[in-house]
Amino acid sequence: MAIANILLVDDETPFLETMARRLNKREFATALASSGDEAIKLLEKNDDLEVVVLDVKMPEMDGLQTLKLIRQKFPLVEVIMLTGHATVETAIEGMKLGAYDYLMKPCDMEELVVKVREAAMKKRRHKEKIVEAQLKEITMRRI
Amino acid sequence: MNQENRIKDPYYRSLTRKMLIIFIAVSIAPLITVSGIILNRFSVSYNEKLNAHLGELVLKHRQNIDGFLLEKLNNIRFMARSFTVDELKNEKFLRNNLAALQTEYGSVFEDLGIINDKGIQDAYAGPFKLENARYSDTEWFRKAIKSDFFISDVFLGLRGIPHFIITVRQMSNGKPWILRATISFVAFNSLVENLRIGKTGFAFILNSKGEFQSKPGFEVVHEKSYSFYESIKSGRKTKDGVFFSEMTDASGQKNLYVASLIKNGDWILIYQQDKSDAFSDLTHAKQIAFFIILIGGIVIIVTAFLLSKRMVARIAQADGEKELMNQQVIETGKLASLGELAAGIAHEINNPVAIMVEEAGWVHDLMEEEQFSSKENKNEFERALLQIKTQGKRCREITQKLLSFARKTDTCVEDVRINDVINEVISFCVQRAKFSNVVIKSNLQDNLPLLCLSHTEIQQVLLNLMNNALDSLEKRGGIITLTNWLEGDEVVISVADNGPGIPRANLARIFDPFFTTKPVGKGTGLGLSICYGIIKKMGGEIDVRSVVDAGTTFYLRVPTKKND
Repeated sequence: MAIANILLVDDETPFLETMARRLNKREFATALASSGDEAIKLLEKNDDLEVVVLDVKMPEMDGLQTLKLIRQKFPLVEVIMLTGHATVETAIEGMKLGAYDYLMKPCDMEELVVKVREAAMKKRRHKEKIVEAQLKEITMRRI
Repeated sequence: MNQENRIKDPYYRSLTRKMLIIFIAVSIAPLITVSGIILNRFSVSYNEKLNAHLGELVLKHRQNIDGFLLEKLNNIRFMARSFTVDELKNEKFLRNNLAALQTEYGSVFEDLGIINDKGIQDAYAGPFKLENARYSDTEWFRKAIKSDFFISDVFLGLRGIPHFIITVRQMSNGKPWILRATISFVAFNSLVENLRIGKTGFAFILNSKGEFQSKPGFEVVHEKSYSFYESIKSGRKTKDGVFFSEMTDASGQKNLYVASLIKNGDWILIYQQDKSDAFSDLTHAKQIAFFIILIGGIVIIVTAFLLSKRMVARIAQADGEKELMNQQVIETGKLASLGELAAGIAHEINNPVAIMVEEAGWVHDLMEEEQFSSKENKNEFERALLQIKTQGKRCREITQKLLSFARKTDTCVEDVRINDVINEVISFCVQRAKFSNVVIKSNLQDNLPLLCLSHTEIQQVLLNLMNNALDSLEKRGGIITLTNWLEGDEVVISVADNGPGIPRANLARIFDPFFTTKPVGKGTGLGLSICYGIIKKMGGEIDVRSVVDAGTTFYLRVPTKKND
């Protein structure tokens, strides 16, 4: 079983593919999307996706817009923003909108691994709490 | 183009010339016009006054002379009417009467005589021996025997001395007889002689033939003639009967003549004066006025020259500043475009660099699975991959700085750790310093309070000072030292270099806008001026100390407390 299920979103396909290979090698499961639309579609199809690594600067739907949609549609999925220096402010804004963290390009793989791991843990804890709450609710109803 | 060269430009030379001409024309034209009008009015007025004065004088003397002649005539008439011819023929009686007249009038009456109708002098009282003298052929006798009284012209007569006579005709037993009195020429002449003005003004009397009836009081006497007499009479005549005229004599001298007829028009009293003498006061006044106009003119020309030169220098300076300003606007535009371009490039470069680093990372990951034939090759691969990773990070830092510089234009005030700003500025300059063989040293205190100011602005000031220091050390290399310390309520930051220093003459002007010693196109002369403005706005001070060939140190004093 993979350490975490990650959705990588970036319009730079070579970057996306290399990063996916490296993450796979570290036993992460990855899905790739080269645009915000594609990412949303993938999320809709695949419930297992836990963390989204999202590039801020993308054509058409940019990182922030995509983030807003993700937070709206998939509140349990954690998002890590990936940005060049020019969009640090955007990344910070993303944090305000509910992103888990942000990383600067080119990023250190070990750093990314740590952040993804933390985000996945957070997501799982969150999910567990929700499951627990649902169980409690069901038990209470039965009682 | 510097100021001196700019003024030598044909345009500014022509401008100077035009301004000079306008200044002189505008200033001198009124001066000459007003002075000319005043002088003209003064000349006319002086001329009128002089003529009036001379006319009055001649009139007064005419009255004196006519009065004198009338009085003497009346004396003789009284005597002729008071006594019979027989009484008067008594020489003793006649002498007594002469003595009485001389007692009364001095030596005006020289002698008395009784002349019968035949022209024989029957009785005579006087100093000459003229008893029984015969006058029947003389012109005066012929005129005197025909009229009740007669005053002759001056003539020499039997005695050979100039004199003139007054006669009164009386009748006795149907026959006319004449009482004749000789009037002293000296006494008469003194009446005319008195009229002397200035150096050349004198009076004389001519008869209708143009012959002198008095002794002219002036040393040089020109021949007077009937035509002269007529010329005088043809001059401008006033209602008082005074004639004014001007004539040039044989020597070329211009004379004024003022005349009046006397003795019922038989004689004319003429006052003559050299015109230059008569108008000497006016000439003197004109000379003073001319001198004043000349001095005024010189002052105007000198002032106009200096003023136009100074004004053109100012205009040239303003034009220079305008030109620099235009250059600055263009430079600013270029910089803005460059900033945007740099930001774009930095961002675009970031992505490929990220891919390169990722790919290197992937190769590194793969290597862990590979079996390497020699350990040496593995080490080389690892070293090369590490190098790619390191250089990738370095690229990231460079683009970060580029973006940081291009984007940070806000002036919002925040709590700033000054050491961070200084280190940031140093990191910006390290590469340039390395190329210029300059060592940057810092001596920063750790426990300085936070400063409440704009990060961007203080960064701009420090960067500017650093760039100036680097410029000064560019060719020779050297050391730049950044130091800071706390002094009372102020943090002092010093930027010191051991460059060529600033000459004393330039020190006072380095904060002036547009002052630069850098070559054209290299410096705008605004850097330090902007620094000065920023530090002043922060409530701080900027100061400079420099020694030629030893170095320059800039001191920034920034208050630690927030400036209200």
